[in-house]
Amino acid sequence: MSNLTYTIIFYLFAVITLCSAAFVVFSKNVIYSAFSLLFTFFGVAALYVFLSADFIAVTQVVVYVGGILVLLLFGVMFTKSIMNTEMQTDVLHIVPGTLILAGIIGALLYTFYTTHTWMPSNKQLYGSIVERIGYETMSHFVLPFEMVSILLLAALIGAAFLARFDKPDKTKS
Amino acid sequence: MILTPMLHFSMPLLMGSTLNAWSEALAGFNPMGLPLGLVILAAIPLVFIALYSLTYGVYGERKISAFMQDRLGPMEVGKWGILQTIADILKLLQKEDIVPTSADKFLFVVGPGILFVGSFLAFAVLPFSSAFIGANLNVGLFYAIGIVALEVVGILAAGWGSNNKWSLYGAVRSVAQIVSYEIPAAIALLCGAMMAGTLDMQKITMLQSGSFGFAHFYLFHSPIAWLPFLIYFIASLAEVNRAPFDIPEAESELVAGYFTEYSGMKFAVIFLAEYGSMFMVSAIISIVFLGGWNSPLPSIGSFALNEWTSGPVWGVFWLIMKGFFFIFVQMWLRWTLPRLRVDQLMYLCWKVLTPFAFISFVLTAVWEIYVP
Repeated sequence: MSNLTYTIIFYLFAVITLCSAAFVVFSKNVIYSAFSLLFTFFGVAALYVFLSADFIAVTQVVVYVGGILVLLLFGVMFTKSIMNTEMQTDVLHIVPGTLILAGIIGALLYTFYTTHTWMPSNKQLYGSIVERIGYETMSHFVLPFEMVSILLLAALIGAAFLARFDKPDKTKS
Repeated sequence: MILTPMLHFSMPLLMGSTLNAWSEALAGFNPMGLPLGLVILAAIPLVFIALYSLTYGVYGERKISAFMQDRLGPMEVGKWGILQTIADILKLLQKEDIVPTSADKFLFVVGPGILFVGSFLAFAVLPFSSAFIGANLNVGLFYAIGIVALEVVGILAAGWGSNNKWSLYGAVRSVAQIVSYEIPAAIALLCGAMMAGTLDMQKITMLQSGSFGFAHFYLFHSPIAWLPFLIYFIASLAEVNRAPFDIPEAESELVAGYFTEYSGMKFAVIFLAEYGSMFMVSAIISIVFLGGWNSPLPSIGSFALNEWTSGPVWGVFWLIMKGFFFIFVQMWLRWTLPRLRVDQLMYLCWKVLTPFAFISFVLTAVWEIYVP
């Protein structure tokens, strides 16, 4: 494929990501926001592919679309007043919000313009990175990996404990 | 089924038969700077799904179920009812496109589309032959497991958009089932990936080739491999909502599950998605455990049966035949086993399949390290 095709496809995915993300924020219908997140997540996965991080792209789909989005949809579907949620408050902090937004964007742009580049890494990656990720996880990063495993295991046990069906107390009845 | 073999028989004359030669030649086909070859590349699996679900999927399923129940099945349209599916499609095309008034119009229309895209996307990484694969990703197997997630969202959109309690119940059941059974399925496939040492579908298939045919397949690689093979097969039945795991569309309780409100072409698209994912899981199990496009026939001495039945065109034949065999088993089970209850379904997933998947994972790792 030519460079132009790549550029067109890149901007297509960028537009999809941005538009769907904007729709998530601005839509009044919670369920539409949740479904719109699907396109945001897929757009981000596609942007990872453009960075040659295909493993992270697929992980993005597995974790965000398969896990978080489904959980979110379940949560939204089982809540009341999905359509046209009313504002709970009349107070809109427009001025502080704008100031914080301008501050963050200014800081990011300042960093970008002072460093003048996106700072490419010194190491160039060639070929398949899946093996590399496996080796690094099992050698350099084995302690964080195990810590995360224990944390997730604890969360899983906690979730199972909370969701456990309480047996009716026989002494009371 | 008429178009695909012709295409493949004419192509080796034009192109070489080295690895991925056909798909790379197609991808490089850019008349007037337009990437037309890529479109054709994506259209080939689409045509395949449509043709196979018309012929083998719908007609075959009706005939097989009829024979299993000692009936004749469709006999009226054409000889042995061969043209029955054509008549069905014509009927579905003519039907009025009904959108219920109280349905969420957008989600109702978009749901079947997302569902079909989800089942179709995995075809990109299925190596149909040594010379043909849609996208030779180095994370192919992981992608094939992960992209099923899109189907889940499609089912939720269809079930919620219908604004019908049965549809919503069907969708919620289906999603709970797919999300749960993804875990044993993924761990079972990980055993296959561990035996191969790669996630590249084409490499996994190539590692299983050899002159002894089926003896090189990972299923016969170690006695442990049977365990992940069976676990993945059972879990894949649940992932494509086939019996005995068809509680999302349990007729006796939920009318038809998440597609209760659908009719006409939208119903046809949902059915196409189901047949697409049936072939997808069958092809994945064939690739990981049964050698994909490799010929199962062994060479005996100078009688080189394996070499004679290998090659890009034979590869297409073998992969499709292996896929069709597993689809036949899926149909066979559908008319043999009764439907599970919801609690039995969850019991089977979390207390039987997942522990055994972990056991097979550890045993495969031990086998790979200590047995040469």
